[in-house]
Amino acid sequence: MSNPQPQHTNRQYEEELRGLRTRLLKMGGMVERQIADAVDSLVSRNSHEAREVIARDAEVNRMDIDIDAMCIRLLALRQPAAGDLRFITTGLKINYDLERIGDLAVNICERALELNEEPILKRYIDIPRMASIAESMVKDSLDAFLRGDCDLAQQVMERDDEVDQLNGQIFRELLSYMAEDPHAISRGARILFISKNLERIADHASNVAEMVVFMVKGKTIRHMDKSKQ
Amino acid sequence: MADKMTLRHLSAFFGTLRAVNEVDLGIAECQITAIIGPSGCGKSTLVRCLNRMHEVLPGTRVEGEVVLDGENIYGVGVDPVAIRRRVGMVFQRPTPFPTMSIEDNVAAGLRLNGLVANRAQQSRMVERSLRQAALWDEVKDSLDQPGISLSGGQQQRLCIARALAVKPEVLLLDEPCSALDPISSARIEELLLELRESYTIVIVTHNMQQAARASDYTAFLYNGELIEFGDTNQIFTNPTRRETEDYITGRFG
Repeated sequence: MSNPQPQHTNRQYEEELRGLRTRLLKMGGMVERQIADAVDSLVSRNSHEAREVIARDAEVNRMDIDIDAMCIRLLALRQPAAGDLRFITTGLKINYDLERIGDLAVNICERALELNEEPILKRYIDIPRMASIAESMVKDSLDAFLRGDCDLAQQVMERDDEVDQLNGQIFRELLSYMAEDPHAISRGARILFISKNLERIADHASNVAEMVVFMVKGKTIRHMDKSKQ
Repeated sequence: MADKMTLRHLSAFFGTLRAVNEVDLGIAECQITAIIGPSGCGKSTLVRCLNRMHEVLPGTRVEGEVVLDGENIYGVGVDPVAIRRRVGMVFQRPTPFPTMSIEDNVAAGLRLNGLVANRAQQSRMVERSLRQAALWDEVKDSLDQPGISLSGGQQQRLCIARALAVKPEVLLLDEPCSALDPISSARIEELLLELRESYTIVIVTHNMQQAARASDYTAFLYNGELIEFGDTNQIFTNPTRRETEDYITGRFG
C-alpha cells in the first residue's frame, strides 16, 4: 500500500471508503483524548473533568454505531474484495477496539471520581507513564492504519510489553501499601483497577496494530507466539 | 488434486491477432475453475480452445497443447468431435433447439452420437440428465413441450442437461448466468457445486461474486495473458498481483 492505488471506477465507492477512513481516524482522535483526560482527571484530582469524559462517551458510542453501519453498508452494497475487503473488515474490528478503549477511559474516570473524594494514597508516577505509553500506542496504531505501515504497527505491539511490566510494578507496589495499612485497601484496589484499565487499553491498541498487518499483508498474526511472527 | 486438463503454452489466434498468449494452466479434476477478466481479455477464446471449438471459426489457429488425461487434444489424429463429447459446453445465452421438445433437446446429443438403442433407454438417460441439471421436477410432466417454452433459467438448465446427457468428463460454461435473474443464477451455482462431485468444471464469468462463491480456483486473464492463478479464497482476499487486485476491487482503467 506504499504506492497509491488507482481510484475506483465507481467514484461514489471511492468516496465511501475515504469517508470510513476519515471517520475511524476521527474516532481514534476522540478516544486518545478520552484516555489523556481520564488520567488527567485522576492525577490533577479534577472530578469535573472526569464527569466530562464520562459524558463524552455517548459521542464515542454514536460513532461506533455509525462506523459499524458504514462498514455493513459497504459490505452489502459493494461486495468488496481483496484490499478493500481487508480494509473494511479491519475497520469493523478497529472500531470495536476503539469503542472499548472509550469504555475503559470511562472506567478510569469512575475510579478517579471515587479516589478524588479521599486523601491521596501516593503520588501518581507510574500511572501517568503507563497512560502516556498506552496513549501513544493508540495514536501510532492509527497512524499505522492510515499509512498502511507494518513497521510502525510492529513497534506498537512491542511497546505492549512495557505497559505489562508497569502494570506488574504498580501491582507489587500497591500490594505493599495495602499490606501495611488496611485503610489503604479501598484506594489501592481502585488504583489497581485503573492500572488494569490502562493495560487493557494497550492491548486494544495492539489489536489495532495486528489488524493493520492483516490489512496490509493479508496475514493473520493474532494469537501467535511473538517469536514466530 | 490431480489435474484433469493441462494447458501448455496455449495461444489462440484470430488471423494475426493473438487472443490468448502462451497460457500455462492446470484444471483440477472434479473442481470448479473460474476464469475472470475484463471483456476482450480472451476468456471465452481460452475455454473454446479446451474442446476445440475455437478452430471452427474461419481464420483461427491454436498453438501449444491442451492435455486431457495425458493426451494432447490437438495431437495428430485426434477427432475433435470425440473431444467435444468428453468436454461439453454451455453458452452465455440458453440455446435450446427451437423446434425440439424438451426431451428431444436433451436427447439430441445422444442420438447424434448414436448412444441410444431404444426409446426406453433414451427416456432413462433424459431423466438422469434432467435430474442432474435439477430440472426434472419442473418439466417431468411436459417433456413433449417445446424447449423454448421454458423460462430463461430453465432453458439454461436444459442446456446443461443436454451437455450432461452425453456423459462428458469436463463441463465448460461460458457466462452461463449472464442472461439470468439472480434466483436462476443461484440455482445454477448450486447445481455446479453438486456437479463438481462427478465433473471437472470450468466457468467463465463476469460476475466476481459468482467466481468467489462458486469456484475452487480462479484464473485472472488480461490481454490474453494469465496474470494470476490460485485458490479462489486467496485470489479474492489477498491476490499477489497488483493487476488482479485492481480488477477484482473495481479499479480498472
